[in-house]
Amino acid sequence: MATPFDLALCLLILVVAAFAVLGRHGFMAVVFFITCGLLLALAWLRLDAVDVALAEAAIGAGLTGVLLLVARSRLKALEPGLAPAPHPALRATAGVGAAAVTAGLVLAIRAMPESDGLKAAVAERLPRAGTDNPVTAVLLNFRGWDTLLETLVLLAALLGVWTLARDDDWPGRAGRAHHTRPDGVLAQFGRVLPPVALVIGVYLVWVGGHQPGGAFQGGTVLAAAWVVTVMAGLLPAPRVDDPALRAALLAGPVAFVVLAVAGLLAGSFLVFPPDRAKLLLLGLEALLAVSIAATLALLVFGAPEDRSEENA
Amino acid sequence: MNLPIWMPYALCGAGLVGLGLYGLLARPQLLRRILAFNIMGAGIFLLFGALARRGAVVGAIVDADPVPQAMIITGIVVAISATALALGLIVAHARAGGGEGLPGDTPGVGERDEPGADEAADDSGSADRDGRRDEREGTRR
Repeated sequence: MATPFDLALCLLILVVAAFAVLGRHGFMAVVFFITCGLLLALAWLRLDAVDVALAEAAIGAGLTGVLLLVARSRLKALEPGLAPAPHPALRATAGVGAAAVTAGLVLAIRAMPESDGLKAAVAERLPRAGTDNPVTAVLLNFRGWDTLLETLVLLAALLGVWTLARDDDWPGRAGRAHHTRPDGVLAQFGRVLPPVALVIGVYLVWVGGHQPGGAFQGGTVLAAAWVVTVMAGLLPAPRVDDPALRAALLAGPVAFVVLAVAGLLAGSFLVFPPDRAKLLLLGLEALLAVSIAATLALLVFGAPEDRSEENA
Repeated sequence: MNLPIWMPYALCGAGLVGLGLYGLLARPQLLRRILAFNIMGAGIFLLFGALARRGAVVGAIVDADPVPQAMIITGIVVAISATALALGLIVAHARAGGGEGLPGDTPGVGERDEPGADEAADDSGSADRDGRRDEREGTRR
């Protein structure tokens, strides 16, 4: 049953999202977006989806927020021409269209037939999946195909970002050089946060085998630790042609493909043998976490950029 | 009134989809469009997740349907990948001399965003290109 808290939370999410979309000030919009993501994580907790809450807080709010802030500061430095303001008629039409879509969705929600979904099917097969966490079982075992393609999408996005580097800057260190005031907040956070984040990240990967957590949530926390350290200027960003980095990027997807091909030869594509599933899943999760952490962090760092001022 | 717990969240998701769609269509700045697109995606995830919560048996081992949850986590990761690439393209577009919007957009008479003063936003920032940052630091101390 929905409590007043649920109603208030939903209202708050909508108001904060409205500020993020409609607000005049770009920086505030990004801050509201991050707030909206954190409130959404609360909503996921209320919906008993702890795994999604972790992913939303870490990826949806955290890393996407950092990406938006970094892109915004880069855009500001370039001082691009102002975008033409849209015609009021276009705005009105867009408003009517968006309202119609929402109204249609609300009608669809009310017309939905009752369904128990695939809960029973998952619960029945869970003992043979090699993990007690049903979400991890679906991600890595029952629907491993989705997750394999997802890791490849991550890699493809990184390749796309890297292709935006100028020829002169390739191959260099990823992103720009970062300088911080030694007594600033970020420099302090850069020292305090990473050790805690490392422990939490590794714990989340490990605990994903039987409780909410997993490679994606844990990998994101590890990526965040790396991003904070580099942004605080305490560590240099990695070189994009570093062999160790390339190995870290590829470890997870390659392990996944190897398992898939091995399964194919054994007659079952991306299905783990029940007796060895636990060990295989744990190893796969660990490698995936490393690759996800490295890929997400490098997506935030961006393509190598001109660092000539640094040496001058 | 005995509202099931998933209902307000499903409606909230529908609202987020509408808000995001409006921002995607009516906002001229590319960065704001990407932000709106992410709001729309979050709305779709919330709607999907709320519907997955229907008919959950309290006290059972499996509370909410895990299959939609796994798909949503996959979706969140794909969304950040696409967002990172899109933001990279926007910055490259601006670096190549394009504006913060698309050239094909029809100019109207609406209001523009405030340029905004978010210098206090972060104390990280970039390698300083023109010394403006040093001045700023100087005035702040």
